[in-house]
Amino acid sequence: MTDTAPQKDKQKIKAAKRMREIMTAYYMDAMTARENNKKIAWITSGGPVEPLIAMDIIPVYPENHGAMIGASKMGEALCVKAEEMGYSSDLCSYARADISCAQVNGGPIGGLPKPDMLVCCNNICGTVLKWYEVQARHFKVPLFILDTPVCHTEYSPEIATYVRRQIDDYIVFLETATARKLDPDRMAQVGHLALRGQKLWQKVLTATTHKPSPMSAFDAFFFLALIVTLRGTQIAVDFYEELILEMEERVEAGISSVPHEQYRLLWDNLPVWYQLKWLSKKFSDHNACLVADTYTSAWCSSIKYIDENKFLDSMAEAYTRIYLNNGVDKMADQVLDMIRLYDVDGFVMHSNRSCKPYSFGQMDIMNIVREKTGIPVLMLEADMVDPRSFSLSQADTRIDAFMEIIKQKG
Amino acid sequence: MKEITPFHTAINDLAGLAAGINSGKIIGYMCSYAPEELIYAAGFHPMRLFSSKSDISLAESHLQAYCCSLVRGVLEDCLAGRLDYLNGMVFPHTCDSIQRLSDIWRLNTNHGFFADVIMPAKLNTPSARAYMKDVLKKFQIDLETAIGHSISPADLEASICLFNRIRKHLARIYELKSRFPSIIGERDLFAIVKGAMVMDRKELADQLEKIVQRLEQKDPPPSSGKRIILSGSICDMPDIYSLIEAAGGMVVADDLCTGNRWFEGQMDEGIDPLEALTARYADRAICPAKHAGNTLRGENLVRLAKEHKADGVIFAFLKFCDPHAFDFPYMKEFLDKAAIKNLHLELDDQQQGQGQLSTRLETFIHMI
Repeated sequence: MTDTAPQKDKQKIKAAKRMREIMTAYYMDAMTARENNKKIAWITSGGPVEPLIAMDIIPVYPENHGAMIGASKMGEALCVKAEEMGYSSDLCSYARADISCAQVNGGPIGGLPKPDMLVCCNNICGTVLKWYEVQARHFKVPLFILDTPVCHTEYSPEIATYVRRQIDDYIVFLETATARKLDPDRMAQVGHLALRGQKLWQKVLTATTHKPSPMSAFDAFFFLALIVTLRGTQIAVDFYEELILEMEERVEAGISSVPHEQYRLLWDNLPVWYQLKWLSKKFSDHNACLVADTYTSAWCSSIKYIDENKFLDSMAEAYTRIYLNNGVDKMADQVLDMIRLYDVDGFVMHSNRSCKPYSFGQMDIMNIVREKTGIPVLMLEADMVDPRSFSLSQADTRIDAFMEIIKQKG
Repeated sequence: MKEITPFHTAINDLAGLAAGINSGKIIGYMCSYAPEELIYAAGFHPMRLFSSKSDISLAESHLQAYCCSLVRGVLEDCLAGRLDYLNGMVFPHTCDSIQRLSDIWRLNTNHGFFADVIMPAKLNTPSARAYMKDVLKKFQIDLETAIGHSISPADLEASICLFNRIRKHLARIYELKSRFPSIIGERDLFAIVKGAMVMDRKELADQLEKIVQRLEQKDPPPSSGKRIILSGSICDMPDIYSLIEAAGGMVVADDLCTGNRWFEGQMDEGIDPLEALTARYADRAICPAKHAGNTLRGENLVRLAKEHKADGVIFAFLKFCDPHAFDFPYMKEFLDKAAIKNLHLELDDQQQGQGQLSTRLETFIHMI
């Protein structure tokens, strides 16, 4: 009894408390924006946030809110409400939950503050285009779309020209919406901080190459929020420096995320937000640690495209060439790289009903992984926010069977 | 009407049709944004692909069950060898499912020519228009590389002229159908439009002209059915048309990907052909996977319903079609506000419950 208590405390990542404080303050800022004469922009998770930060516009992320809705197990009720409004139950559950939430002010924080403008970048999917059209009609506010054509096999010169022109259109849009000019010095500063933040996030994620891993993908899912929502701020940079220090301390002290780490796994697709505790424990009971994932690593994969001395220019490539906006073969290459880097024994793929760009192509990636590495692959059918698409007993059985195979492979 | 027979023959034996295509250079496509005019000008036969609705087994290893039956079904046909007559494939950017189908197709098959035509999703800005032109130019170069010589402006102009003829005739047939609904049966109309997406285009233009001439000579009996507009994605279900007819309805217009939204309008023959193509693909009736404003489709549908004096609108969506499903609630709201009765159907290739479908259609058509 006395053994497990201090062990449990040791396992807890201390920075989590600070993270919660920051996120609370961030949401408070958003809720009180109007009182402070600040404008709010709702923006997609892959959207170009840096100019917003540079212009003191508060970015709000319906997708981050969607994750919170999922984690607080409020997804089903909100999705059902959306279906009552006429939205098919086959649509993305982030979209369904957000659309109904805007009507009823539901969710764990009583709804998001109304946007003054909407910024939609379709680098993650075509669903956001439709979702943001719905909200543009609902809130009657201007909508900017950053259209990033899919790079099936290449980032063509035509795509580069198109997206670069749209970055200029975007700045004009923001200047019109705020009746202010973008300060180029401030923009450069935000650009530097954004790049620095992404490099720090990358360092956080590579801490888990250590055996045993000081944190897991489940921790990454939690700590991800800052690089998504506050990319370009000093706050994000300071926090991730703190988190990296703690990871280094944990490695020094031999503290591992899974007490007796024997097997290392890679996760694919978005988290199953309402089942994270169960999943974490389930794998942990098998002495398996999900050491990395393809989702959180997407927020540092554009580093190579960013030129911090020409930040706006390089935004075109940085925002277009993200993981999900590439061909399936390119995604498979990145998966293989991660399997090698983290030295994983197995691959867990979340077949996420809500996310077609992420889920369609998984089977081909699975085949490539099996062929090229021989490691076992598990496909878990679920949804990121809507629990009706998840069968606990089925997942339970399949994880056990998967871990059996891994154990047999030694 | 014997002039329609070739259309029924064509669509009921697509493999046979393909075998008979003289050029032996068939390029498949699945979306009405495929630049048919360019494909044709390059000497290829553009052939729209529809699922044969066979049971899914091979595609199961590539696409999950929550994928629409058009995408899974066509992939199934491809993997099963039923599309071996293809000499190439073109994927215009459409929706998320097609985006991934393109990759899966490229990784698992090889018919020869392959091109992603990654058109903009946004269509109402100068930068999008410029990019659209770039995309078409690039596609032209891809085709020229494949055939080993350039497509002359004259060839492209001739192609545009041909497709304008085809569109003009289709529009005229629809116009006559709307004015005199009994002039042509629902299943016949379906065969004509589907045939127009797969048949040899020169023959097609001539056949359509014959049909128009025949129809214009007819003295149509008065129609007493309910005037219906179909709105939705791919309607490759002739049974729907029969059921509507059986229930006392007549389709007087549509807002379908495989219908009016594909063929309406003409291309400008007086300007540079590439400019004409750009204008057409940027300005044509919009697909829900594209953006050109927040209420365009809703406004268009209400306008269409009023123009054709519709008694009701039937939304016919493929199950798992996200873009259409997202537009539905607001479009329904627009129709409700305009007091235009409407029905929502979710269809699937593996359509079970035909009985239920016919009951719903009957109930709706009797009610309006």
